[in-house]
Amino acid sequence: MIVELGHFATVVAFVMALALAGIGYWTAWEGVWRRTAETLAWAQSGAIALGFAALVYAFVTSDFSVLYVAENSNTALPWYYRVSATWGGHEGSFLLWTLVTAGWTAAVALRGTRLPDDILGRVLGTLGLLNAGFLLFLLATSSPFERLVGGPLEGSDLNPLLQDFGLIVHPPLLYVGYVGFAVAFSFAVAGLASGRLDAAWARWTRPWTNVAWAFLTVGIALGSWWAYYELGWGGWWFWDPVENASFMPWLAGTALVHSLAVTEKRGAFKSWTVFLAIAAFSLSLLGAFIVRSGVITSVHSFAADPERGLFILWLLVLAVGGALVLYGLRAPAIGSWARYEGLSREFMLLANNLLLVLALAVVLIGTLYPLAYEAITGGEKMSVGAPYFNTSFVPLALVLAAALAVAPIARWKRTPLGLFARAGVAFAIAVGLGVLLPLALTGTIKLGAVVAVAAGIWIASVLVVDLRHRRGAWTRAYLGMVLAHFGFAVSMVGIGVTSQFSHELDVKLAVGESAQLNGVTYLFRDLRAVQGPNYVADQGVFVTDSGVTLRAEKRRYAAGGQVMTEAGIAAGFARDLYVALGEPLPDGAWGVRINDKPLVRWVWLGALLMAAGGVLAVLDRRYRRLGRRARPSPQTAARAAPATGAQAIS
Amino acid sequence: MNRARLFAPLLGFATLAVVLYLGFSLRDPHLLPSALLDQPFPSFDLPVLGSGDRRATRLDLVGEVRLVNVWATWCPTCLAEHDELKRIRDTGLSVVGINYKDDSADAVAWLARHGDPYAFSVVDTDGDLGVDLGVYGAPETFLLDVDGVIRYKHVGAVDEMVWRKEIAPAIAAIQ
Amino acid sequence: MKAREFMDRAIRVALLLAFATCLGASAIDSFDFPDPEAAARYQRLLAEFRCPKCLNESLASSGAPIAVDLRRAVRRLMEEGESDAAIRAYLQQRYGDFVLYDPPLKASTWLLWFSPVLLLAVVVGLLVRAARRRAPAALSEVDSDRVRRLLDNS
Repeated sequence: MIVELGHFATVVAFVMALALAGIGYWTAWEGVWRRTAETLAWAQSGAIALGFAALVYAFVTSDFSVLYVAENSNTALPWYYRVSATWGGHEGSFLLWTLVTAGWTAAVALRGTRLPDDILGRVLGTLGLLNAGFLLFLLATSSPFERLVGGPLEGSDLNPLLQDFGLIVHPPLLYVGYVGFAVAFSFAVAGLASGRLDAAWARWTRPWTNVAWAFLTVGIALGSWWAYYELGWGGWWFWDPVENASFMPWLAGTALVHSLAVTEKRGAFKSWTVFLAIAAFSLSLLGAFIVRSGVITSVHSFAADPERGLFILWLLVLAVGGALVLYGLRAPAIGSWARYEGLSREFMLLANNLLLVLALAVVLIGTLYPLAYEAITGGEKMSVGAPYFNTSFVPLALVLAAALAVAPIARWKRTPLGLFARAGVAFAIAVGLGVLLPLALTGTIKLGAVVAVAAGIWIASVLVVDLRHRRGAWTRAYLGMVLAHFGFAVSMVGIGVTSQFSHELDVKLAVGESAQLNGVTYLFRDLRAVQGPNYVADQGVFVTDSGVTLRAEKRRYAAGGQVMTEAGIAAGFARDLYVALGEPLPDGAWGVRINDKPLVRWVWLGALLMAAGGVLAVLDRRYRRLGRRARPSPQTAARAAPATGAQAIS
Repeated sequence: MNRARLFAPLLGFATLAVVLYLGFSLRDPHLLPSALLDQPFPSFDLPVLGSGDRRATRLDLVGEVRLVNVWATWCPTCLAEHDELKRIRDTGLSVVGINYKDDSADAVAWLARHGDPYAFSVVDTDGDLGVDLGVYGAPETFLLDVDGVIRYKHVGAVDEMVWRKEIAPAIAAIQ
Repeated sequence: MKAREFMDRAIRVALLLAFATCLGASAIDSFDFPDPEAAARYQRLLAEFRCPKCLNESLASSGAPIAVDLRRAVRRLMEEGESDAAIRAYLQQRYGDFVLYDPPLKASTWLLWFSPVLLLAVVVGLLVRAARRRAPAALSEVDSDRVRRLLDNS
């Protein structure tokens, strides 16, 4: 009964989303209409939340007469995995996706009270239209509420790979990021439809973009961390199509965050910024398509279903195609970027954008090339993997890092050349340290690490110099930028060092034997049987000569019989020690993999700093004034509606 | 002029959408085309299942159009296609088995229980012949011409449909 | 939905899981290599090859039985003193281009390998053009006026 109610609530939400779209686009959008739309935005998210709660309830109570529950849960699961199993499969995770979309819509209705009528109407209308499409997809092809006649007594099980803290938090954060770009997308569509793409438009769009970008950053970092400890062999990025699917909107979003700065402060790059706003969310949709259609082979994709894939492709074509047609018709055609000099801040941001989009193009080409190849040759298969991406992407990332290092110094319109001298000094110091630090710590020189460390130090030291120079003018927006760039430097050093100086050893060990790796001795002290809530495990206890204990497990899950490797990791700021159990060998010994991974934590730490920087920038005073529900002064009214003059703000 | 340029993203996206759509028309991402099509069957020297010391080599496969079927007792799909293989044998086509990564005693018992459609089966315990054949799972089925050249490969169960739509026409094309 | 359909779907999911077993069931075998260089070379090679059975995993990380066989083959070829290129060719002959994560340069991959270079050239061209610009144009447009008014207000 509760499940049927949930289903009904979701259908109601679909109708509300449609109504929201209708009101947003086809009414005068004043007075009562505006209030109706705001109410609908809230009611819609309430309705989906009800539907979602009903599904969670079915999971918690193990109601296996619901097909989706029977496929993805099991009575032996601990309660918290039963809750997170709600979004462990295609249907439930897409319900979460629609919930997140509705949540963003409600947030816009809440915070956007100061937006002019036509903009808010069309933003909410676009979001409503998008979510109507998502909900239709859910209800027509992927309903998680479907009942099973003569349901089983026991459910299949949640894939053991997903029975993990990482899965509880990774998808929701990732979706908040993905779908958050729908807000920027809707602002772009609304701006195009209203013919209002000015600095004020950029100022409205920026905070939403930053927050979405921050969530996506954390979501990606969590996914990488999860793969690192759950897949059992120490890698943290595989250039899998599904990873790329989350990385591409991130690259576009990063470009957008920067280009919005130029549009807000200088009124330039307008068409380009609008294009990026459309692109970032389009790439999110493309990602959803890749993960859910099965058209591209990936380890992380859901069970393939052509019918669903085709439906998403239609959504993609309608949403993106529609926005791009509007773009072609209405985007400002005047080249609005002729008001700055070479090496000005505008120029640096242009460089940033072009490089990011280039990097994005490389990832897109590499990800889709095998598909295009197969289509053209009529069934021949090929693969594009890490070697290709490393060759093509890494050099670009380094050029980007160099631009990033100099950029904070640059000033709007024109940069006094003397300022660059600072970056030069910092560069010399950074190169010196980049060579010396790894040499002193490891005794070897590796070009990749030298370049990464030098670039990281260069970025950081220029930031410090600039911080001193701008003392007294430390706005939150500025500090956010500094923090995010510093995070980039941290990630960069982490990636460079861990990829160059990691050590790995596959070895055969019996209890009592030990192995050495990079100066650390690992003693296989004990092997014990461990009983988990829904699995049994062999646990290998390893002790290093420095006294660190590592517990690596080989788990066998009762429901499906799958075997999982759970690595034993001693996490550290400077390095991770990592042990994974392989197979027992006939003579009683075990295959054991030992990894020594210096600075691997920095990869994710840097991502967290970047996200924190993005959020800090949003807290800047000027955005807070924009969102507060205050009586508009004549001044702020003019700011909120500069294009058409004073418009009634209800 | 400038206006036309603003439609460039739409053009790019249309191309992308076409590529994605074509992706559907050639589904099954799990299927690998054989790299060995129109290549001679790889040479081998392996024991014949259930025959004591007798061994078979590549030469035992030439001189006649044949099916070579990779099978194992641990593979449920192999059992599913077993009756169809017997039916194919009854049409007069010679079927040779490769008992892939299996226990020979189990395999002999399995054939005794379910019937033996194979002229003979060779024993590939370590899967080395499998690697030479580009096998990545069982069952897989190869069609060889009189010179022992691989002319067709099917991954997964052979059923009546596969026989009628693919194997029979392939045989007709060879002859 | 009837129970039988559920069973069908359950089987489909089970088949998918059969592919996914490559994941998680890590690929740790403990060959003894004569020296650390050989061990490093082995790992580097395995990372270049894609497991033909799994959805998208390298031989280094796959736990599928076929990956175990192929790892053994790579090790045997190494012991026989084969070059990296010969080992690549060995796998490519049997399993096709699909197993190579590093796609070989040929007519059908020109676009893949050269389009980044081409795009880079375009980007550099655009940047050089922008960098050589001097003398900023006057801020006369209505639009920039509006921007200034905005900034003054904030």
